[in-house]
Amino acid sequence: MSFINLFRIALKALKRNKLRAFLTMLGIIIGVAAVITMMSIGEGSKQSIQNTFSSMGSNMITIMPYNNMPMPGGVRLGASSVQTLTLDDVDKIREQVKDISAISPGVSSSGQAIKGSKNWPTSLQGVSPEYLGIRKLSIQEGSNFTDEQIRSSQKVCLVGKTVVDNLFNEGENPIGQIIRFGKIPFEIIGVLSPKGQNTFGQDQDDIIIAPYSSVMKRILATTYIQNIYASATTEAVSDKATDEIIAVLRANHRLREGAENDFDVRTQADLINTMSSTSSMMTSLLTAVAGISLVIGGIGIMNIMYVSVTERTREIGLRMSIGARGKDILWQFLTEAILISITGGLIGVVLGISASLAVSYLLHWPTIISESSIIISFIVCAFTGVFFGYYPALKAAALDPIEALRYE
Amino acid sequence: MSDILKIHDLRREFKVGSQIVKALKGVSFSVESGEFLTIMGSSGSGKSTMLNILGCLDKATSGDYFLDGVNVRSLDKDALAQLRNRKIGFVFQAYNLLPRTSALENVELPLMYQSGVGHRERRERAMHALELVKLADRFDHTPNQLSGGQQQRVAIARALVNEPVMILADEATGNLDTRTSYEIMSLMQELNQEKGKTIVFVTHEPDIASFSSRTVMLRDGLLQRDTRNTDIKSAKEALAALPVTDDY
Repeated sequence: MSFINLFRIALKALKRNKLRAFLTMLGIIIGVAAVITMMSIGEGSKQSIQNTFSSMGSNMITIMPYNNMPMPGGVRLGASSVQTLTLDDVDKIREQVKDISAISPGVSSSGQAIKGSKNWPTSLQGVSPEYLGIRKLSIQEGSNFTDEQIRSSQKVCLVGKTVVDNLFNEGENPIGQIIRFGKIPFEIIGVLSPKGQNTFGQDQDDIIIAPYSSVMKRILATTYIQNIYASATTEAVSDKATDEIIAVLRANHRLREGAENDFDVRTQADLINTMSSTSSMMTSLLTAVAGISLVIGGIGIMNIMYVSVTERTREIGLRMSIGARGKDILWQFLTEAILISITGGLIGVVLGISASLAVSYLLHWPTIISESSIIISFIVCAFTGVFFGYYPALKAAALDPIEALRYE
Repeated sequence: MSDILKIHDLRREFKVGSQIVKALKGVSFSVESGEFLTIMGSSGSGKSTMLNILGCLDKATSGDYFLDGVNVRSLDKDALAQLRNRKIGFVFQAYNLLPRTSALENVELPLMYQSGVGHRERRERAMHALELVKLADRFDHTPNQLSGGQQQRVAIARALVNEPVMILADEATGNLDTRTSYEIMSLMQELNQEKGKTIVFVTHEPDIASFSSRTVMLRDGLLQRDTRNTDIKSAKEALAALPVTDDY
């Protein structure tokens, strides 16, 4: 029997029972649509995490103090309490590492920012002017502080939009105004361009930036720094720059061969990987659940095909008596199952894409429909059709025509 | 005239539990081209077994069966299916039409299993077969839109479409009233006498047998009688002789 006839026979058989064919398809439709939607949501959130990091500066290298050695008494300290990084480290890196374009020490303090009768809990970052470039921040109004202001530890600051909104009345110009951080007054010399929330819901505008020297001397009263931020010249050399920084710091800290680093250098790529892995795991889990529904859809096909074979026993007997061979019957039922699953798969793909678009439109979740998710779910559903259609078809093909014709 | 069908010492045994049931105990006869043969017998006579073997749905335990010169004994399942497709046209008691499928598509069915017959040819041949049974105007009706007699005529068209060497009817009038039975028999006679179709008709009704040219009577798995009918009744006349009140 030719393929075209086979196809025609199977199609006619399905047409004779449209509602049932559709209900059988429904399982596959939902399964495929669910897989595509879940994968697109997962892919979207992964992409949005990556966007967050690259908007923070994809070349950024962060150096943190690290000390694995317990204190006397066995207590190990967190990164912010470990005092291994100094301004000297910053100078050495600046001098010796060629693959970085900008570097800034970082100290921070959190507390209340006060202006008149208003106050707002926020954090104060003490950095160098280069910090804005490293973090891809820009100034909307006013100007950045200068190296001269750092040398003289001036009490000037840049503020984010959230801080402005909470400390000033609407329409009030914050430039030139004095706010207090704790007891120390700072003059606002610039307002940062708003960046909004990042993927983790952090408000990136809730920030005050001041010269590191001012923060270290006047607020923290320390000579150590908490972080060093640097920017590799390109993303490609960030690993090389990392290695160079490690070498410089080890030399500067006089660490012996084999001794553990007393600092930790991380590139954005590391952070992206860490953050993405959580999102990848969620995606895998959701996709697995959606995959299960696809398998259940397949079992639905099998169930209906079995019922169909029993119900159409006489039809099978008749087809055999007029010359259908066992394999013709096998192929007919298999083709029916595959037609159901492929049609269901196609509808599912369309539905899945629509659902993804609906999710991003209505819930404003980022979604990315990848070709691979469509191809994978489609192949899986075609395979499902073959797998779950095979046994009922085999049962149909093995019927004895005499018995089948007499079947009531 | 040549033999379309020839059986020799045909035996068929079934194993039922530990017992062996002998349904056919050595039957021999042959059918010539153009004959209208009825096979008669009561229940348990081996009639159905004979039908299954003649229809190539079953194989004899021993003995030979030649259909159009081919020894069926030597064929495997697929070859049997092929043989049924090319040489036999089945007509069943319960019509066995596909539901929700037009008369034309039902008639086309045997040709679907013949590669080499294209879409257009299939349609033309099916239409022609429907013309033979005088149902060409109902080609697009589904079985539930047709009366019992019409459904059986569609089934006969389906049996004719592959131009078989033999039409094998199994109690083809069993589900029909007298008038419709006679209509079907009249059609059968017409196909036999005018188109020269060989017909083997299995029945247990004696008046059906009187329309045929020859009757084979089976009893307890043996050939009891093989009579040539010299006085073939015309189904058309019998139909005309039926009381008008029967018409509904």
